[in-house]
Amino acid sequence: MADSPTAFERFVQGILPENPVYRQLLGLCPTLAVTNGMKPALTMACSVAFVLLCANIVISLIRNLLKPHLRIVVFTLTIATFVTIADRFLAAYLFQMSKTLGPYIPLIIVNCLIICRCEVCASKQSVFTAASDAIGQSIGFGLALSSIAAVREILGTGMFFGIRILPEAWPDWVIMVLPPGAFLTLGLLLGLVNWLGSIKSRRAS
Amino acid sequence: MIYLLDLMLIALTAALINNFVLYYFVGICPFVGVSRKVEMAFGMGLAVTFVISIAAFISWSITTMVLIPGAPLSSFIAGFFLPEESAAAIDLTILSYIVYIFAIASSVQFVEMYVRKFFPQLYSSFGVFLPLITTNCAILFACLTIMSHVVGVENPQDAWDLGRAITLAFFGGIGFTIAIVIMSGIREELELCDIPEPFQDAAITLIIGGILAIAFMGFTGVDSGIREALIP
Repeated sequence: MADSPTAFERFVQGILPENPVYRQLLGLCPTLAVTNGMKPALTMACSVAFVLLCANIVISLIRNLLKPHLRIVVFTLTIATFVTIADRFLAAYLFQMSKTLGPYIPLIIVNCLIICRCEVCASKQSVFTAASDAIGQSIGFGLALSSIAAVREILGTGMFFGIRILPEAWPDWVIMVLPPGAFLTLGLLLGLVNWLGSIKSRRAS
Repeated sequence: MIYLLDLMLIALTAALINNFVLYYFVGICPFVGVSRKVEMAFGMGLAVTFVISIAAFISWSITTMVLIPGAPLSSFIAGFFLPEESAAAIDLTILSYIVYIFAIASSVQFVEMYVRKFFPQLYSSFGVFLPLITTNCAILFACLTIMSHVVGVENPQDAWDLGRAITLAFFGGIGFTIAIVIMSGIREELELCDIPEPFQDAAITLIIGGILAIAFMGFTGVDSGIREALIP
């Protein structure tokens, strides 16, 4: 990464060039676990976005008080606080969804993506830069999650957002909504993204 | 006898049927990152198994002693300030995530210090992995699973005791070790294969993980079969 990119550069970088899932391979647990449908995937993306934004802002505000050897603990405790808020909010207003997501909402605490952004960006940059970085990364994360969820839901159930789009004769590939489908889809999409990236860089040179 | 059978089924479920990595997708980061060599993968697996058992012990104790409504310690302390009924109704479970992550982080720190001081040889084999484990989802996932069997259980007899909690965590760690060692064995062979360039490294690892997950789906239903066979 260049020395200190501006806020806007960080925002753009998060979406595609440094996409958290496809480029940095961060936060794979929720990527694989909740992408068997579009709705859980989007809920998860929104929760991660909320936690990432709040944590980045708070860490950025207290960055001058942080002691180096204690910073990881401070990061995780800050994140855990916001995850508790998000979890209680989901349990109150989207009860069915919070049952579906189950332990994966609390597992946002140990999502490497958020800790990595706190460490790389928020603990060194001003509040505005940190917030725009968080928003960019969240959009990238949301895009990655919905791309995987779209493939899995359409192939696995013939539906998109619960609305049938493939003909009734479509034999549901049940394996796609089961755990192995997550690994296969992410592996194939990752290969596809790498391939497109290599074509682009070859054209540029 | 029923209790032993219960423990056995929990162990079997955690290690094979609902394998932490291949069924619940926790601990994917080391599964992709540290699975290049069999020895390294085995060291990582041992370290995770070790820490996960300690974390399960700590989190079970904290949950039953402090967090749940009517827990002995919290109601004892609150009894100094509050009348008895309201002291027994104190519910601290909303703090559970913060408490767990703090317990995991500090226990990892203590384990690292202890192992470095008293078992230098062990430290040289898996010590380097210990700091990474704090952010391993598998540990927190085990704590959360134990919590879901202790908090909010309708019938007090159904709440898990310490034995069940530790069995789940220990065999979950064993399951993690099995998965990551199989993966690293395959990846050592893969180095001799001609993989298309975009699929090298992480992509092919995930696809192989998918095939492994299909293989592990073969265990589905084993637990209910055993239960039916042994409990008339």
